Amino acid sequence: MIELKGKRVLVIGERDGVSGPAIEVCVRSAGAQVLYAETLCFV
Amino acid sequence: MDLEGQGRIKQVIEQAGSADVIAVLGANSSAAVEMTALTLKSGDPSYAGPLAGIALGIPSYHVLEPEIADQFERALYERELALSALAMDVAEVVAPLKTIRDSAPV
Amino acid sequence: MSFPAITAVANVLAHAPGLVRYGSKPLRDIGQDPAVLEAITPRLRSYADAVAYAPNQVFIGNLDPEMLGAVPRPWFRALDGTASSTGAFGDLIGECELLGLLKLCDRARLVHLDAATLAEARAGLARRGIVTPDEMAALAAADAGAINAIGKSGEAIPLWLDGRVVGAMSRGHEQDEALTANVLLENLAAKATGVLAVRRLLRMVERRLGPGDIDFVLAGSEEAVGDRYQRGGGGLAKAIAESCGITAATGFDVKAFCASTLYAVVNAAALIQAGLFSRVVVVAGGSLAKLGMKYRAHVARQMPILEDMLAGIAILVERPGARGSDPSARGSDPSARGSDPSARGSDPVIRLDTLGLHTIATGSAQQAIVEALVITPLAKAGYRLRDVDRYATEMHNPEVTEPSGSGDVPRGNYRLIAALGALRGELPRDGIDAFIAAHGMPGYAPTQGHIASAVCYLAHALRAMRAGQIRRALFMAKGSLFLGRMTDASDGVSFILEI
Repeated sequence: MIELKGKRVLVIGERDGVSGPAIEVCVRSAGAQVLYAETLCFV
Repeated sequence: MDLEGQGRIKQVIEQAGSADVIAVLGANSSAAVEMTALTLKSGDPSYAGPLAGIALGIPSYHVLEPEIADQFERALYERELALSALAMDVAEVVAPLKTIRDSAPV
Repeated sequence: MSFPAITAVANVLAHAPGLVRYGSKPLRDIGQDPAVLEAITPRLRSYADAVAYAPNQVFIGNLDPEMLGAVPRPWFRALDGTASSTGAFGDLIGECELLGLLKLCDRARLVHLDAATLAEARAGLARRGIVTPDEMAALAAADAGAINAIGKSGEAIPLWLDGRVVGAMSRGHEQDEALTANVLLENLAAKATGVLAVRRLLRMVERRLGPGDIDFVLAGSEEAVGDRYQRGGGGLAKAIAESCGITAATGFDVKAFCASTLYAVVNAAALIQAGLFSRVVVVAGGSLAKLGMKYRAHVARQMPILEDMLAGIAILVERPGARGSDPSARGSDPSARGSDPSARGSDPVIRLDTLGLHTIATGSAQQAIVEALVITPLAKAGYRLRDVDRYATEMHNPEVTEPSGSGDVPRGNYRLIAALGALRGELPRDGIDAFIAAHGMPGYAPTQGHIASAVCYLAHALRAMRAGQIRRALFMAKGSLFLGRMTDASDGVSFILEI
C-alpha cells in the first residue's frame, strides 16, 4: 500500500478519463507534491 | 505517452531526482495505462522517444486504483473521480499496473 | 420562440495518401529516420479501398451510422466493392482531384502541377459537377523540368500521386516560418476541402438558392493562417467564400481547437437570431497535420494507413421562414413532425435557449463537464436523458484509435453520459450499455479533430429528422484548450437540435 503523503508526483491525466487538474487536486489533498502535470488528448 | 511528454519528464527528473517519485495516471484504457507505465519504469518500449533505453524506474499508479483513491476524502472523490470510476471498467483499466510495478527492474 | 434552422449539410472526403508523409507525426518521424517512409508507403490504401471502406461510406451518407455495428470488424477487410464515391451528403474524391482543387484554390502561385495531372483532375472534378470547365482551363500547368527544379531547390516540397512526383508546393517566403511550404500546404488543403464542401452544399440547395443568397460565412477548422507577425491571426472563411462565388458575404474564422466547428454553428445561429443575417454558411476544411497521426500502430499491426482522408463539412443555417413558400420546404410526411400541431416544418432548429456551456467555473472534473454540456441544457429544456434520441459526441473511428491504445473515443464519451445518468438515478447502473445501444452510435469519422467532434453527425441527423425517424439530438464538442499551454482548462460546447 503506497502512501501519497510526502511523494513527488508526475500527473498524467487524460481528457476523456481523469484530467490532469482533477488528479492534481486529489493528490495534493493527500499530502503529495506535484512535480509535473499534463492532460493527454489522444485525438 | 508521446515523445514530447517523455522529454519534459526526463528534464524534470534530471533536475529533481527520482527519489519518492511516482506517476499517477488518469487514462481510461488499459492499453494507454500499460504503455505509460512501461515507459516510465523501463524506457520507451518503441525505442523512439527521449526515454528510449532510459529506465527511470518510476512506479505508476492510476488515480482510481483503490489504494490511491481510498486516500481522498469522500466529498473530493465524489466531485472529481466518482463519475470516471463508474464510466470506465476500473479493474480492467488498472490491471496491467500491479504486474509492471512488481516486476523486476530492467 | 423560434430558432434558426439547419437546412442543408455537406460531408466530403478527399483521399490523400500522397500527403500522409506531410502529416505532423509522419513528417517528424521521417525527418529523424527516412526508413519510416519505406514502412508507410506499402501500407497506403488505394482509392478503391478508401471508397469501399464502411466508415467512409457512413461519413458521406451512403450508410447510416447505426448500420456500422452490423459490419464485421475489422472494417478495413469488410470492403464493399459496389460502394459509390458519390455520397448522399457529398463526394469522396481521389487524390488527383484533390491536387486539382489545391491548384484551383491557389491564389499565390505556389502550386505547380504537371499537365497530365491537371487534365485528369479537371475531367474528374467536372464529371462531379464541382468545377466549371472555364475555371479549370484558366489554370496553367507546369512542365516536368520546372517541377523537378523547384522540388530540388529547397524552396518547395514535392507533390506525389500514385508514387510519382507530379508537382510541387512552394514556400511563401524565404525566412518566414509561418509561410513555409509545409504550413502553406496545410492551410491550402483546409481551404480546398472547405471549398469542396461548400460547392457541394450550394449544389444541394441550387433549386432555391444561389451563392449570392448567402449573407455571411463562418469557418471553424484548426489550421493557423498568418505570417510571422500574426501566426494564427488570419483565417479561411472569406478565402473559401471567394472560391465559391459567395460574393455578397463577408465572414471570419472561429478558433476553439476541436470545438471550433460546433462553436461556429452556434455563432451562425446567434447572428441570425439577432437579426443580422438570414443565411449563414459554416465551413470546416480538413486537417493535413492529422494525416497518419497513428501510423506507427497501424504499420505495427500490418493494417492499412487509415488516416489518409481529409474531411470537409459545410452547413447552411437559415432564419426560420427564410425558406418562404418553396414546396420543397415542406416535409414529405406531415405526421412525421410529431404530435405538435404547430410543428416547425421540415427543418430542425438549434435550441439557442439551452446551450451547453463549459464556463471557467465549471472546471476540469469530469462530472462537472458532463453536467455542463448535457444535464444542464437538457434540464433547461425540460428533458431527461432518454428524451434525446441521439447523442453526437467525439465520433472518431475506433478502428483508427484502438491500435494505438487510445480506446474507443465515442464509446468512452457515451459511458460518461450514461454513467452520470446512473448516478442521478435516471438509469439503473446495469442499464448503461442499453442506453448506449439506444442513444449512441459507433464512431465513423476520420481522426480529423474538429470534424469528428459532433458536427459530422449533423447531415445524418437532418436526414433522419426529416424522415421522421428521430426528433431530437444533442451535439457536444470538446476542445482541448490545455494543448496550447496557455491554460490547463478544457473546453466544450453543446446544443440540442430538434424538429
